[in-house]
Amino acid sequence: MKHPDGLLLHRVTISLGALALIPETTLTVAPGEITTVMGPSGTGKSTLLNYLCGTLAPAFSASGQIFIHGRDISALPIEKRRIGILFQDDLLFPHMSVGENLLFALPRSVKGRHRRQDLAEQALDEAGLAGYYQRSPGTLSGGQRARVALMRTLLSNPEIILLDEPFAKLDTELRTVIRQFVFAHIAARALPTLLVTHDIRDAEAAGGPLLSLGARATDHQS
Amino acid sequence: MKKGVLLTLIVVVAACIPAAAQVAEDWESIVDKARGQTVYWNAWAGDENTNSFIAWVGRRVKEDYQIDLRHVKISLTSESVSRVVAEKAAGRDTGGSVDMIWINGENFLAMKDQGLLFGPFTQLLPNFQLVDTEGKPTTIIDFTVPVEGMEAPWRMAQIVYVYDALRLPEPPRSIPGLLEWARENPGRITHPQIRNFLGSTFLKQALYELVEDADVLGKPATDANFATVTAPLWAWYEELKPLMWRRGEQFPESGPAMRQLLADNEIDIMISFSPNEASTAISKGLLPDSVRTYVLDKGTIGNTSFNAIPYNAANKEGALVVINFLLSPESQAHAQNPEVMGNFTVLDLDRLSPEERRLFTDLPRGPATLSDAELGRPLPEPHPSWMDRIVAAWEQRYSR
Amino acid sequence: MKSERHKGSRALRLVPWITLALFLGPVLAGLAATALPAFGYLPALGGDQFNLHSWQRLFEVPGLTRAAGLSLWTGLLATLLTVILVFGFCSAMHDTALFRKSQIILSPLLATPHVALAIGLAFLIAPSGWLVRLVSPWLTGWTRPPDIAMVQDSLGLALVLGLLIKEVPFILLMTLSALNQVPTRETLLTARSLGYSPVAAWLKVVLPRIYPQIRLPIYAVLAFSMSVVDVAVVLAPTTPPPLSVMVFRMFMDRDLTMIFPASAGACLQFLLVAAAIGAWRLGEILVARGARPWMLRGHRKRSGPPLYYAWGGLVISLVALSVVGTLTLGLWSFAHTWFYPLALPSAWTLSHWLRHLPDLAGPALTTLLLGLAAASLALVLALGCLQNERVNGVGPASRMLWLLYLPLLVPQIAFLFGAQMLLVRLDLDGTWPALIWAHLLFVFPYVFLALADPWRAFDPRYRNTALALTGSRLRTFFRVELPMMLKPVLFAFAIGFAVSVGQYLSTIFAGGGRFTTLTVEAVTLATGNDRRVIGIYALTQAVLPLLVYGMAIVLPAFLQRRQERRNR
Repeated sequence: MKHPDGLLLHRVTISLGALALIPETTLTVAPGEITTVMGPSGTGKSTLLNYLCGTLAPAFSASGQIFIHGRDISALPIEKRRIGILFQDDLLFPHMSVGENLLFALPRSVKGRHRRQDLAEQALDEAGLAGYYQRSPGTLSGGQRARVALMRTLLSNPEIILLDEPFAKLDTELRTVIRQFVFAHIAARALPTLLVTHDIRDAEAAGGPLLSLGARATDHQS
Repeated sequence: MKKGVLLTLIVVVAACIPAAAQVAEDWESIVDKARGQTVYWNAWAGDENTNSFIAWVGRRVKEDYQIDLRHVKISLTSESVSRVVAEKAAGRDTGGSVDMIWINGENFLAMKDQGLLFGPFTQLLPNFQLVDTEGKPTTIIDFTVPVEGMEAPWRMAQIVYVYDALRLPEPPRSIPGLLEWARENPGRITHPQIRNFLGSTFLKQALYELVEDADVLGKPATDANFATVTAPLWAWYEELKPLMWRRGEQFPESGPAMRQLLADNEIDIMISFSPNEASTAISKGLLPDSVRTYVLDKGTIGNTSFNAIPYNAANKEGALVVINFLLSPESQAHAQNPEVMGNFTVLDLDRLSPEERRLFTDLPRGPATLSDAELGRPLPEPHPSWMDRIVAAWEQRYSR
Repeated sequence: MKSERHKGSRALRLVPWITLALFLGPVLAGLAATALPAFGYLPALGGDQFNLHSWQRLFEVPGLTRAAGLSLWTGLLATLLTVILVFGFCSAMHDTALFRKSQIILSPLLATPHVALAIGLAFLIAPSGWLVRLVSPWLTGWTRPPDIAMVQDSLGLALVLGLLIKEVPFILLMTLSALNQVPTRETLLTARSLGYSPVAAWLKVVLPRIYPQIRLPIYAVLAFSMSVVDVAVVLAPTTPPPLSVMVFRMFMDRDLTMIFPASAGACLQFLLVAAAIGAWRLGEILVARGARPWMLRGHRKRSGPPLYYAWGGLVISLVALSVVGTLTLGLWSFAHTWFYPLALPSAWTLSHWLRHLPDLAGPALTTLLLGLAAASLALVLALGCLQNERVNGVGPASRMLWLLYLPLLVPQIAFLFGAQMLLVRLDLDGTWPALIWAHLLFVFPYVFLALADPWRAFDPRYRNTALALTGSRLRTFFRVELPMMLKPVLFAFAIGFAVSVGQYLSTIFAGGGRFTTLTVEAVTLATGNDRRVIGIYALTQAVLPLLVYGMAIVLPAFLQRRQERRNR
C-alpha cells in the first residue's frame, strides 16, 4: 500500500466497552490542509485527539493505524510522533520566560547558545512580540500568549498540527486575528492540520474538509 | 553559685523538717493519711518482670491500705529528675507530680545535692528495722556516700558475668585472664557505651582488680592520684579494646542491647548487674538455656537499688507506706522469687520470724543463678568521683 | 446579613492570632529554657548569672566536632538521597499504574512509628540479622555472625538508610499532593508533544513548578534527620554519636549541672540545623541556575525501561525493607526462642500477646483520644488560618505563622523542658489540656504543611460561585469548600493523628506521668530490648494510624461513589 504525504488515519475505530465511539474511519489530511472535526460534546472529539497523541485512557480500545508522511506512528509514544498540539489553554510554562519557553521547544540539533537565542528572537519577531524575550508568560495578554504558544509548537518542527479548540477562550475580535495568524503559519509551513472545534466559523475559516462526529449524544464524558 | 544551692537546700530542708517531725511520732497517723492517696511511682519500665512486680505491689497496697499505686513508666530516671527540676524552677514546692522515684546511687547524689529530696525518712519506716545494714553495708552507704535516711533500699545488685557454657566451657575468671582470652577470641566481648552505667561499671570492675591498693578507691579521686591509680587500667584496656566486638569502635547502647548480642551469638561474655538476669532471661526465652553466670575469683562490686521521695511530692504519706511495704518480708520474698524478679533481699533473715524466713528459704533457684556462697561478699562501690573521671578520661581518649 | 458576614470575617481574622498565642507561649518558653541555661542562667540549679561557662564546657566535650559533623553529614545525605529517590521515582514512573497506587501503598509506612521501623531494619541488616540468617551457615559458612558493622557503622550509613525508609514515603506523598495542584497532565503532554521523553518532561517542566510547594516538607525532613534521637540510638554509631544523641545524653545525665552545656549543645544543634537549611537553600539556587542552560539546550533524552526499573526497584526495595522489617518484628512477637543462625523461631508461643493484650486497652484508648483531639484541633486551626488568608488576605499574623515550624527545628528535649516549666507554672501539667496542647505543637505544623498547598491552590471561582448562590459564607464553606477539599483535609488529619501517636517526649513532659500512651509503653519497653515485646507494640502502635489513614483514603471515595449513585 502506498501512502500519500500528510496525515492518514487508516480504518480507525475507537470504542469504550461495547460502545463504538468512533466507527471505522479512514481520513487523509494533505500537507497545508486543515481538516475540521466537529460534533456535540461527548461524541469523541477529545478521544480522537488522545488517540492521535497516543494518550488514550486504558478504558478505551482502538484499532487502525496512523501514518504521517507514510511513517506508521500508531505504536510510538507521543514524544516520538512529531505532533504539535495547541490547547484551549496556552500552557506556557510559568517557570520559564517567554523566550525560554521557545528555547525549550527548539530541537537539540540547533547548536550554540547564540544561534538558539537568535531563532527564538526571530520567532517572537514573526509573532509581533519583539522585545518580549525576558517577559514572564504571566504578564502577557491572552492573544499574546496564544501567539507564543503557536510559535513554541512550530519551533519544535512538528510534522502535523492538532488544534484542540485553540480559540475558544478568546473574545470574538481577537479570535479572528489569532485564527488568521495560526492558519497563515500553518499554510506557510504546509503542515497537515486537524482542528477540533465547536465553532462553525473556525471551520469556515479553515476552508478544509469537515468531519462531523456522530450526532447522537451520550452521557459519557470523553 | 554554691552558696545559692546551699541556701535553697537549707530552705527546703527547713520546710520539710516540721512535716517529717510531725509524722515521725506516729506511724499509725501516716498510714491513716495515706489511705485513699494516689501514689505515682516513677520507675524504669524496660523490664517486664519488674513491671509485673510493681503491678503486684499495687494490688497489695490497694488491699491493705487503699492506696492507688500508679507506675509512671520511664525509660530513663533522668526524665523524672528533670520533671522535679522543672517544678522547682517553676516554684511548685508542694503538690509535685512525682511521689516516689526508683533511683540509683548516682542520680540520688545529684538530687540530694540539689536539694530535691524529702527526708530523712527511713527511720519512720517500721520495716526498716529488718534491713541488714551491717551485713549489707550498701543499704546505707550508696557509692561510698552515706545515705542519711534520704532513700530506702529495696533490692540488692552485684556484678556478674554471663556466658554461654556450650560455646565457652571455661570462662576467664580474672581481669588479666579476660584479656588473655580476648587475644585468642577477638571480637567476642563488648560493654555498653560508656555513658550507660553498665559501660562504666565494666571499667570500674576492672580497675578494682588492677589497682595496687583498692583502699584508695573509697576516697574521692584527685588530680594528683587519678592518673597513677588508673594507669594499669588504661594499659589493660588499651590492649583489650581492639580485641573487642567491632574492634572496640562501636558499643551497644545498653545492657539489654548487649544481652541481645549474646543471644544473637555476636559475643560470648557479657557483664550484668543482676545475679539473676541469666536465669530470668532463660525462662523468658531471651537467652539459650546453656547460659550460665560466674563471678571473678577476686570478687565483684555490689550495690543496692533505692527509692526516694522528691521534696515536693504531693503524697508523701502514701509513698512512705508503699516504701515500707516494699521492705516487708512478704514483698522482699516475692521479689526474690526467680519467676518474679529474682532480686536478692536487703533484709537480714536473722531478724525475721521462722515463718517469714521460710518464705525465702523455700524459694526455687534459677538454673543460671549462683548461690550466696558462690557470689561471695560483694566489694564496695568506689567513690563516684572515680566513675566520673573514668568516663571523662575514656571519652578524652577514644571519643574524638 | 451584611453585618453577620462582617462578624464572621472578623472572627476568622482572630484565628491566626489565637494559633500564634497558643504556640508562642510554649515556643518562647521552650526557646528561653534552651537559651538561658546556655548562657548560665537557671536559678533552680544555682545558675543565677549570665556567662559563657556552658559553652566552654560544651566545647570541652570530647568528640563534639565529629558528632556535629556526623549530624550534618547524615542529615544532608539522608535528605539529598530522599529527594533524589523521590524525584527519580516520579520522573521515571509517573506514567505507570504503580505510581497511581503509590499513595495507598505508602500511607501505611507513614503510620508506622520511626523506632519500630528502625528496630525492624536493624534486625534485618545486622550481621546476626535475618538477611544473613537466610543464607547462613549453608551458603556463607558463617556459624557465627561476621564481625562487621552493618548497623552503627562509623559513617552513619545505616542511620541514613533508616531515615530513608521513613522520609521517602513522606516526601513522595507530599509530592503527590503537590502534583494535584498544577495541571500536571496537560503540562506533561505539551512537553512531550514537543518531543521530550516522559523523564525529561517531568524533570524540566513539572518539577520546577512543584518544588516550591514541597520545599518546607524537605526542610522539615532535613531538620528531623539532624535532630532525631530514637532512630539514631538504634542505628547510629556510638563513639561519638550524632550531636542529637550526644545532647540528649547530656540532658539526661545524672549530673544535673550538665543541663548547662546540654543547653548550649541544643543551641548549637539549632544553629547547625539553621545552617544546613541555609546551605540547602543555597544549593537550590545554584542547582536552579546551573540547570537552566541544561533545561533549555533542547536535550530530549530518551531513557527507556532500565532507568524506569532502577528507580522503581530502589523505591520498592526501600518499601520492602520496612515492610519485611516490621513483619519480622511481628514474627518475633510469636517467638519463644529464636537464636542465630535460625531463619525462623525454634519455639513459638502466644504468651507474649496474651500477657500484653489486657494492658493494651488503656493506653490504646488514651492514644486514640489524644490523637483525635490534637489532630482535630490542629485541623480546625489550620483551616481557620487558611480560610482567613482567603477571606481577609495575608495579614501580619499570617506572615508570622512560620514561627509554628520552630518546634520542628529545635531539639525536642531542650525545647520541652521549657514548655514543661510553663505548664507547671500554669498548674496545667498532667492534665488533658496540657497534653493535647503539647501534642498540638508538633501536630499542627505537619497538618498545616499538608493542608496549606492544596487549600491555597483551590480554584477561588468555586467559592465565588457558591457565595453568589447561597449568600452565606458558612454554607459555602461547609457545602462546597470542605466537601471538595475532603481528600486533602482528611489526609492532613491522618498525618496529624500519626504524628500525635508517635509523640514520646512531649507526652512524658506534659503528661506529668499521668498518661500512658502506646508509644510511651513501646519506648520504655524498648529499652528492655526484648524484640518480642517490641514487635507487639510496633504492630499495635501502627494499627491506630493505619485505621485513620485508611479512613482518609476510603471515605472520600465512598462519598463520591454514593454521590455518583445518587446522580444516576
